[in-house]
Amino acid sequence: MPLLEIKNLHVEIDGKKILNGLDLTVNAGEVHAIMGPNGSGKSTLAYVLAGKADYEVTQGEVLFNGENVLEMDPDERAAKGVFLAFQYPIEIPGVATMTFLRTALNAQRKHRGEPELNTPEFMKRVRETAGKLSINTEMLRRAVNVGFSGGEKKRNEILQMALLEPRLAVLDETDSGLDIDALKIVADGVNRLRSPERASIVITHYQRLLDYIVPDIVHVLSKGRIVKTGGKELALELEAGGYAQFQEAPVAAE
Amino acid sequence: MAEVTLIKNPAEQQLTAEWQEAKARLPGPARLREAAFERFAATGLPHRRVEEWKYTDLRVLMREAKPLAPRPDADVFARLKDAGAALGDLDARRIVIADGYLAPGWTDQNSHDPGMAIMELFAWLAESPLYVDRLSQNVTDDVAIALNTAFMTGGAVIHVRKDASNAQPIHLAHIFSGKTAAATYPRSVVIVEPGARLMLIESFEGPDGVDYQVNTALQIFAGEGAHVDHVKVTREGDKALHISSLMADVGAHARFNTFLFTTGGAVTRNQLFLRFGGEETIASIRGATLLNGKQHADTTMVVDHAAVGCQSREVFKTVLDDQSRGIFQGKIIVQPGAQKTDAKMASHALMLSEEAETDNKPELEIYADDVQCGHGATAGDLDEDLLFYLRARGIPRAEAEALLIQAFVGDAIEGIEHAGLREALMEAVQAWLKAR
Repeated sequence: MPLLEIKNLHVEIDGKKILNGLDLTVNAGEVHAIMGPNGSGKSTLAYVLAGKADYEVTQGEVLFNGENVLEMDPDERAAKGVFLAFQYPIEIPGVATMTFLRTALNAQRKHRGEPELNTPEFMKRVRETAGKLSINTEMLRRAVNVGFSGGEKKRNEILQMALLEPRLAVLDETDSGLDIDALKIVADGVNRLRSPERASIVITHYQRLLDYIVPDIVHVLSKGRIVKTGGKELALELEAGGYAQFQEAPVAAE
Repeated sequence: MAEVTLIKNPAEQQLTAEWQEAKARLPGPARLREAAFERFAATGLPHRRVEEWKYTDLRVLMREAKPLAPRPDADVFARLKDAGAALGDLDARRIVIADGYLAPGWTDQNSHDPGMAIMELFAWLAESPLYVDRLSQNVTDDVAIALNTAFMTGGAVIHVRKDASNAQPIHLAHIFSGKTAAATYPRSVVIVEPGARLMLIESFEGPDGVDYQVNTALQIFAGEGAHVDHVKVTREGDKALHISSLMADVGAHARFNTFLFTTGGAVTRNQLFLRFGGEETIASIRGATLLNGKQHADTTMVVDHAAVGCQSREVFKTVLDDQSRGIFQGKIIVQPGAQKTDAKMASHALMLSEEAETDNKPELEIYADDVQCGHGATAGDLDEDLLFYLRARGIPRAEAEALLIQAFVGDAIEGIEHAGLREALMEAVQAWLKAR
């Protein structure tokens, strides 16, 4: 059974069609890259997988481990192992990063019937995880993402991902606006999660990140559907020739 | 003059009857009481056409006036000795005031601190006839205060001199003892001499299911260079009516911080009258109110900048669930000549229910031309994008909401200097959230 199976997914927001019959199958152990121009539906796909409310699924299904995730609340999806690294991580004034991380980790553990971590156990886990990713723990003493630089926000996303150990990580343009050091941390976070049980979907605009996270499969998304699928070399073709070569002509009937 | 007959509602009639019955036996300053009662009799209970009480119509909200609570006997005082202790370990000198009467034996708690005197209200008044003047000093003609003055049953007088050790906060722990409804009228006076420092905590609590009434008043006189921290925690029983009047007169170069924390009570009215009597004083007036069910809470504040170069900061946060109603009225007056006044007032409401209501009325009356004054008010529900971010990490909706609500009120609570109190109030917020 594939880890993720998306069949004929149609999604609208405010009556505007964004995804038009998207199919995608991701098996455990694979890293997929989804590339595409602005407005092709990349972020919509990421949000629909995570369960954001504003998106209306008008057709199709999304199975995660054989279960219909479209019926699940965002927190339930997360507890089942779906993780979205946000393109624009949000600032949450007044909520301490450590409180947030601990609440998230323990909520997921509780949902899965695992014992919650006490404070010393949790602290140890955070320090170890941050250490492996060379993330400075000073950042964790502040409120969630408040006053963080763009790079720090993205690093915080990767730290959360590493801590929560999802079965499916979806990275929504996590590389945008990052310098090379931060990019390496992001790549390192994804590469460390690689295992026969897990999978990642790396959504990106540029080939650059894929130098560090070498994908097994690359898809081109255009006008809400996948128009081309290939190996890692497809990313290089895109880099050389642009997206236009893969864009479909508009379908008159639609 | 035309004869005007005021039609009295049952509560007003009961108050009048109570006065006739009780005035001869009430201790202390009879003339002051008489004048205060006359002030009430002239206008009756404040109602919606009285601007200051526009949103808290006592003629409607106070259908009847409960009988004056009698002095509790020794057994009751003994039973209530732990009043206020549930607030947490505050390392404070705790003085119990039950049903408006200072608990006997409070002298046992008196310190060996020669710079601080704590007395019972009427014992203090008996010491010098001059002290009666204090009771009418800086008192507005507000009717709730007039009723408190007419019926006051007792309270504490705290006098702090500069040489006090200030080692411990003072905690006036008010409690209503009864199983049947009654009205209580505690009155306390705090005198902080020039250069002296005091941290004062007031707490109010009582049983659920009893529609008792509290009309409390506190006068604070802070001298030049004094530093006063005041925190009031109002957690009355769910049927209680609570009216509180804080009158503070603050001298030059002083610091005055007050925080009003309200979760309990069916109807709560927190009135605050602050007068800057001397230059270059800094005041912070903040509060957090959490309401649910049909609770009604009104914070009404008048900050009178009567001196040059004073700074005031007002920040109030209200969380409203179910059909509750939260009111904030804030008036800042800048008197002629009070140049270089710097006053900023903000009131924020977080609406957790479609049926909740919030009313905000900021007023600025400025009679000086070189001042900085501003106010802001917001009302809104929880941010769905923030909730989604938290939920996308596996945090269930209720917990995610709790985190955001804590953050909202925590922003105001954080500014309390006393760490134990800060923690106690955050725990109270968590308890409120757990009960949602």
